[in-house]
Amino acid sequence: MGFLSDPINFIAGWLESIMLGFGWSETIVTTVLKFLGAGAVGTFGFALVIFTIWLERKLYARIQDRLGPNRVGPWGIFQTFPDMIKIFTKEYITPDGADKVIYNLAPIISVSAVLLIWAVIPFAPTVIGTDVNVGVLYVVAVGAMGTLSIIMAGFSSNNKYAMLGAFRAVAQMVSYEVPMVLALLVPVLLGRTMGINSLVASQEVWYIVVAPIAAFIFFTSSMAETGRAPFDLLEAESELVAGYQTEYSGLKFGMFYVGEFLHAFTISALTATLFLGGWRGPGSETFPILGIVYFFIKTFLMYFVVAWIRISLPRLRIDQMLNFNWKFLTPLALVLLIATALLEKVLGMVLPGLNLVETAVPWVRAAAHLVVNLLLLWGVFSALRGYQVKGRKIVGNPRPVAVAPEPPASVIS
Amino acid sequence: MIPLSWYLVFAAAMFSIGLFGVLSRKNAIAILMGIELMLNAVNVNLIAFWRYRAVTGIAGQAFAIIVFAVAAAEVAVGLSLIISIYRRRKTVVADDIHMLEG
Amino acid sequence: MAPDQIIFILVAIISLVAALFVVTSRNLIHSAFWLILTLFGVAVLYVLLQAGFFSVVQVIVYIGAISILFIFAVMLTRNVMQDTGSQNNANWWVGALIALVFFGGLTYMLLGVPGFDAKAPEMQAGIDPLRQLGMELVSPDGYLLPFELASVLLVAAMIGAIYVSWEKKR
Repeated sequence: MGFLSDPINFIAGWLESIMLGFGWSETIVTTVLKFLGAGAVGTFGFALVIFTIWLERKLYARIQDRLGPNRVGPWGIFQTFPDMIKIFTKEYITPDGADKVIYNLAPIISVSAVLLIWAVIPFAPTVIGTDVNVGVLYVVAVGAMGTLSIIMAGFSSNNKYAMLGAFRAVAQMVSYEVPMVLALLVPVLLGRTMGINSLVASQEVWYIVVAPIAAFIFFTSSMAETGRAPFDLLEAESELVAGYQTEYSGLKFGMFYVGEFLHAFTISALTATLFLGGWRGPGSETFPILGIVYFFIKTFLMYFVVAWIRISLPRLRIDQMLNFNWKFLTPLALVLLIATALLEKVLGMVLPGLNLVETAVPWVRAAAHLVVNLLLLWGVFSALRGYQVKGRKIVGNPRPVAVAPEPPASVIS
Repeated sequence: MIPLSWYLVFAAAMFSIGLFGVLSRKNAIAILMGIELMLNAVNVNLIAFWRYRAVTGIAGQAFAIIVFAVAAAEVAVGLSLIISIYRRRKTVVADDIHMLEG
Repeated sequence: MAPDQIIFILVAIISLVAALFVVTSRNLIHSAFWLILTLFGVAVLYVLLQAGFFSVVQVIVYIGAISILFIFAVMLTRNVMQDTGSQNNANWWVGALIALVFFGGLTYMLLGVPGFDAKAPEMQAGIDPLRQLGMELVSPDGYLLPFELASVLLVAAMIGAIYVSWEKKR
């Protein structure tokens, strides 16, 4: 159990031997180690956000043909620190009549709901917070807690607009949970397990090749869950002031802000883990450090896609968003789930009879699933062709523009 | 290390608290909250018995899953009924909803 | 005192106190939030019982959906009842008496359950209760029929709830 092959257990064993040397009892040592581990996961999440905020602002600027922050440090990499200092030192203004406990608890729960997801994401085969065997459902459950924090924020602000914003936000988030869970079931079907580390280990072929529609549905629904553009009606500055965050100032608003960035990073990490193969890559089983490197490369790639989409697309209206969800994503996810399950059963019956080489089996399965997915996509698009808007109907002639009358002849001459 | 009795007493206590809520609250929604407490106590009981008496079987778990589904369905229908009554009668006090009385 | 006993006592006390606040709080929205705390405590208890799947399902179904339903319903019907008056019936003491008698009777009956003081048996290493549950829920001589009936019930509840609260356009 050297450091290279099992880093976390190695460090834990070393710390344990130190603490037992102090003369503490076994249970106290275990408890302290568990708290240290949880604290490490939380701190790591926050440290990532500091980098992510700079990255997002720089990307945003460059794609829009601006420069972005470039004063504080080379390429502005220290820009987040002055922003943090500014937010820390702002005054807390609590609205009159606000429900104090719930008002203060909402940003805490919002951030915790995102940090808790980092406990089950595997960075390497042996570097994982805790390997629960219901990891996929755990992610959904913790996302549900985030929804709760929005209602708490909107209700306790004692502000009509905050409450309206919270209602719309909750409607959007609860609606988009349905296709997200259905799309999450497809890797579970393919990998025959709900634990995330086992799912990554079972991805001989990356699941984005095997089930691209599921990856798309999961990615889109997660972006809508976070409230990221183009689904960011929840915090649109021009619509509802700041939505459910209206009455928050200072660090409490900072926590919502940090929570949103961290959530965006988390969904890119989740997509990379479940659909892009996580820590899988050449040589990652023997050297966990390589696994961590591959994981971060894939996560930053997905985060780039998330930021790119945010920067380029305009905002959707609430009815467009909900229509997209209930009339397109959910039926598609259901049909995909049924098709995948049927195909898995058929392959289970057919494949042993073909006597293939051991290593070719995953590729044959992947090819079969890919073909079915593409057929499904083709079917969907041909069904949607009837709904295209073909030009605009002309409902009437435009009003004639007012024209000044000719001056009488006597004025001209 | 935790004897079964602790779980059973906890479930009984929560059931009694839910029963108190159902019997003595005016607001119909508060009565529904009491019912939720009772259903949760029953679920704790089922899972505790599954774990301590019949771990290799499935009956306790399957029963608990069905109770989850039934509780969710009942809350949805109950709350929509209450909102519908509120729209017609402008009241949610359970005592005032007595149109079917003889 | 083993660590899981300490955790159990803490979580049980928090859950029961929160349940008491649910049924005695004057402000209905505070009741809803105390209910969320109670349900979360029950989820932690499921983890202690090594039924991790149920803990996660509890959080998703109860805290993520049913509690939000309650909060919405309370907010939509808020103007009707005073938040400062008494929330209890005229005969609330009868309810308290019945609840106490019930609790006493239940505990007395439970003392006679065989294995009341038993410690938890070891779980066998090879069996995965989650996988077993999945297999049993879809096998025809297992629990397939209740499973399908529960799905029909959920669809019926969905349609019923939408229909009952549909506002007919005047």
